[in-house]
Amino acid sequence: MHEVSIIQSMLDLAFEQALSQGANHIHQLSLRVGVISGVVPEALQFAFDSCTVGTIASDAKLEIEWVKAICYCPQCHAEFTPDDWVYVCPRCEHLTHEIRQGRELQLVSLEVS
Amino acid sequence: MCQDCGCSDVPEEMVKIHFHDHFHDHLHDLAHDHIHPHDHEHPHTRDHQHEHITLHNDRRTISVTQSILSQNDRLAERNRGYFMARGMSVLNVLSSPGAGKTALLERTMTELRDRLKSAIIVGDLATDNDAQRLRRSGAEVIQITTGSVCHLEAEMIAKALQQMYLDEVKLLAIENVGNLVCPAAYDLGENLRVVLFSVTEGEDKPLKYPVMFKTADIVLISKIDLAEVVEFNRELALHNISQIAPQAMILEVSAKTGVGMEDWCELLQTKLCLNNTSL
Repeated sequence: MHEVSIIQSMLDLAFEQALSQGANHIHQLSLRVGVISGVVPEALQFAFDSCTVGTIASDAKLEIEWVKAICYCPQCHAEFTPDDWVYVCPRCEHLTHEIRQGRELQLVSLEVS
Repeated sequence: MCQDCGCSDVPEEMVKIHFHDHFHDHLHDLAHDHIHPHDHEHPHTRDHQHEHITLHNDRRTISVTQSILSQNDRLAERNRGYFMARGMSVLNVLSSPGAGKTALLERTMTELRDRLKSAIIVGDLATDNDAQRLRRSGAEVIQITTGSVCHLEAEMIAKALQQMYLDEVKLLAIENVGNLVCPAAYDLGENLRVVLFSVTEGEDKPLKYPVMFKTADIVLISKIDLAEVVEFNRELALHNISQIAPQAMILEVSAKTGVGMEDWCELLQTKLCLNNTSL
């Protein structure tokens, strides 16, 4: 994935929030990132370090909470955690494409002053 | 930079807030993509030290909990509303470079020419070669050259639409930038997402790029006329697609020989309810 683009969008949101709250320094940014969102952790940190240079988040810490994947089996009416990219229900072996969790790309909070 | 595809996707206009190397801060909300050289001193008649210390001791947390792609998602919904109001059906066509997106669309639009009016938005990093090819099909075509950006975004589509003559157009195909990674996360406002992979790419393409294939409504195996030459294992490929993308319909096509094109056009008309909207 295009981590630079993701980080830039995230920073746009964060700067807007910081400015609206009268803050001029961002110390920490907390994200929720789904494990099947396609984001590579190292690339995300690299993009963050690059994009924050010269901004009010230049020395901010990036904190990421990884969100595990959860699928839904329409036959068992039950959720399950897939082992890999083949989303097969452990009870009935039905292949599902219904994803309940794991694609998140969210800005949760920022610590400012 | 993107470590997967090598793109450097930094928007030209971005809000940057610069700090100067002295005691008070300036907020800049103008678009900057450069650094101010600032090695001279400014005379200070007021002492800002007190204010600074106060700010540092005043750390607080702002809760946001917002999708990072919310802006793109909003614009995609706006596009979707625009398409719906015009009675247009829209495809987002995705594949790795060279899988045959352009050839497929050229043939598709040519075959549908007598049945409905169509248009194409085509994205590439550079050149309008694909647009020139696609115009031969009789469709209205506009090329988006993204520069270094490895995917199309909803805003690019909205801008392209403003330059298009779309009267009576019932089918719009968006040929995304050749890339099986980055475009997956970007909703453009389409009705159907079509993911192609060619027989020359190998049967395990869906296993290698699961994120993209899991978003597909339709998977097309392209260049099927070359299957025998490259010893393509059809059964294995179909198995791999169904494992990763059980939701997707699968078709095998060759834009060169026309194999499967009739089924594909038929599927499009059925899926998009185009039968009653033909001119």
